[in-house]
Amino acid sequence: MVWFNIIIQGILVGGLYALFAAGLSLIFGVMRLVNIAHGDMIVAVAYLAFVIVKATGLHPLASLILVIPIAMVLGYALQRGILNRTLGKDILPPLLVTFGLSVIIQNGLLQIFTADNRKLQAGALETSSFPLLPGVDIGYLPLLQFIVAIGVIAGLQYLFYKTALGRAFRATSDDAETALLMGLDKRRVYAWAMALCFAVIAIAGIFLGVRTNFDPAIGPGRLIFGFEAVIIGGLGNLWGTLIGGVILGVAQGIGAQINPGAQELAGHLVFLMVLAFRPTGLFPRMQG
Amino acid sequence: MPDSILKVENLESWYGDAQVLHGLSFELKKGEVLALIGANGAGKSTLLKSIAGLLPKKTGTISFHSTRIDHLAANDIVAKGVALVPEGRRLFPSLSVEENLILGGQVARKGPWTLAEIYNLFPILSEKRKLPATSLSGGQQQMVAIGRGLMSNPDLILLDELSLGLAPIVIKDIYALLSKIISNGLSAILVEQDVNRALESANHFLCMQEGRISLAGAPKSFSKDQISAAYFGM
Repeated sequence: MVWFNIIIQGILVGGLYALFAAGLSLIFGVMRLVNIAHGDMIVAVAYLAFVIVKATGLHPLASLILVIPIAMVLGYALQRGILNRTLGKDILPPLLVTFGLSVIIQNGLLQIFTADNRKLQAGALETSSFPLLPGVDIGYLPLLQFIVAIGVIAGLQYLFYKTALGRAFRATSDDAETALLMGLDKRRVYAWAMALCFAVIAIAGIFLGVRTNFDPAIGPGRLIFGFEAVIIGGLGNLWGTLIGGVILGVAQGIGAQINPGAQELAGHLVFLMVLAFRPTGLFPRMQG
Repeated sequence: MPDSILKVENLESWYGDAQVLHGLSFELKKGEVLALIGANGAGKSTLLKSIAGLLPKKTGTISFHSTRIDHLAANDIVAKGVALVPEGRRLFPSLSVEENLILGGQVARKGPWTLAEIYNLFPILSEKRKLPATSLSGGQQQMVAIGRGLMSNPDLILLDELSLGLAPIVIKDIYALLSKIISNGLSAILVEQDVNRALESANHFLCMQEGRISLAGAPKSFSKDQISAAYFGM
């Protein structure tokens, strides 16, 4: 029963990793941009929520009503103002610029909020649970987190494959020059993709802040988890990203049970195995 | 006299530092078909890309419906009514046949071409509308590319190498439909390696050589020898 419990808890944690990964996957899929600052952006949004919750007294989850639109505007502006200028045939400029953004965000947060730990207080939701089986309790927060992750992935899937915006994303990803001939301005399409990514980042950031303490330096670690979930699941496959997150969560749970120090190592080992034996990930890229 | 739809004056275009077009000037009137002929590397596709806005480095003027479009981006030029069916079709592989066609109508100009009309023109596409566009045969993919161009309801359609890589029987079918497509006042510029077919389909032609016009006029005004001499630079 102990192992069963570990697997269940790992699956639920995987929902959070899938949320970390979904935005990363979306941006790579649309514009072939590896956003090194993705983890720091998640942390920055957690701080944004922290400020809004302090100022308004809203519950952290209710603060999404404000945090999501603000984050989307920031994402759109970031893409139009900075990232679009870096995109071209050479993949190095966007890597360097997002690496620079990572450093700026971390130091900016350190300057404003200091290195102290912060947390978004969600009251009883954080600790309450219900028994699934003897010895297996399900926390409401991890369950909600997992359900939201499924909802986000399903929403993105719908948007990508059933809407005009999704069509524009896929066409621009396939061939930006020919997409121009259809009247699609890639700068605008990319900016909308980044705005959407920031909406997912907002959700991920708030769940991160409710679940654990956060400080300005934890972004790169979240990037690694997100990156590993994307690679395990397969680039360009959103449901694969969810499953990648679940596999990572379960691997970390099993690792922690064997040796508390091996939690993250176990996840990295699974990631390395996938990279070695199936570098395109466990699930193929989805087609229209 | 029909109205002028496109006027190109002293157009020069570059790929990076390499100049490809050298001072081209010509005019196209409403409802006319202009064939661009010339050997590989003559600058035919470059001319189409310059008109469509895909080559930003250019000088001279391009006027469409008497309005300058040479400073506009490709996405704005298609909205004005110029559609390019690119060489090699360049369909979007992650989109289905129908999604490719719908995307062609993204600019939402009013006109006769709707999804239903495209399916009337190419019934096979209706049967295969849910399939990934690049899973179709070469001829069917060309139909999607033409349909996608028509979906923007252009006033001018630029057709680049329609017959490239297609079987002769398929080329014949596509050209048979071309006259149906180029009706209702739609103008076209046709780039084609098959010179005879191009000249048969066009009111006028431009023969290009090394980025310059070596001969221009109505196909019937010149003998085969004159056109061959202009084509090969003899």
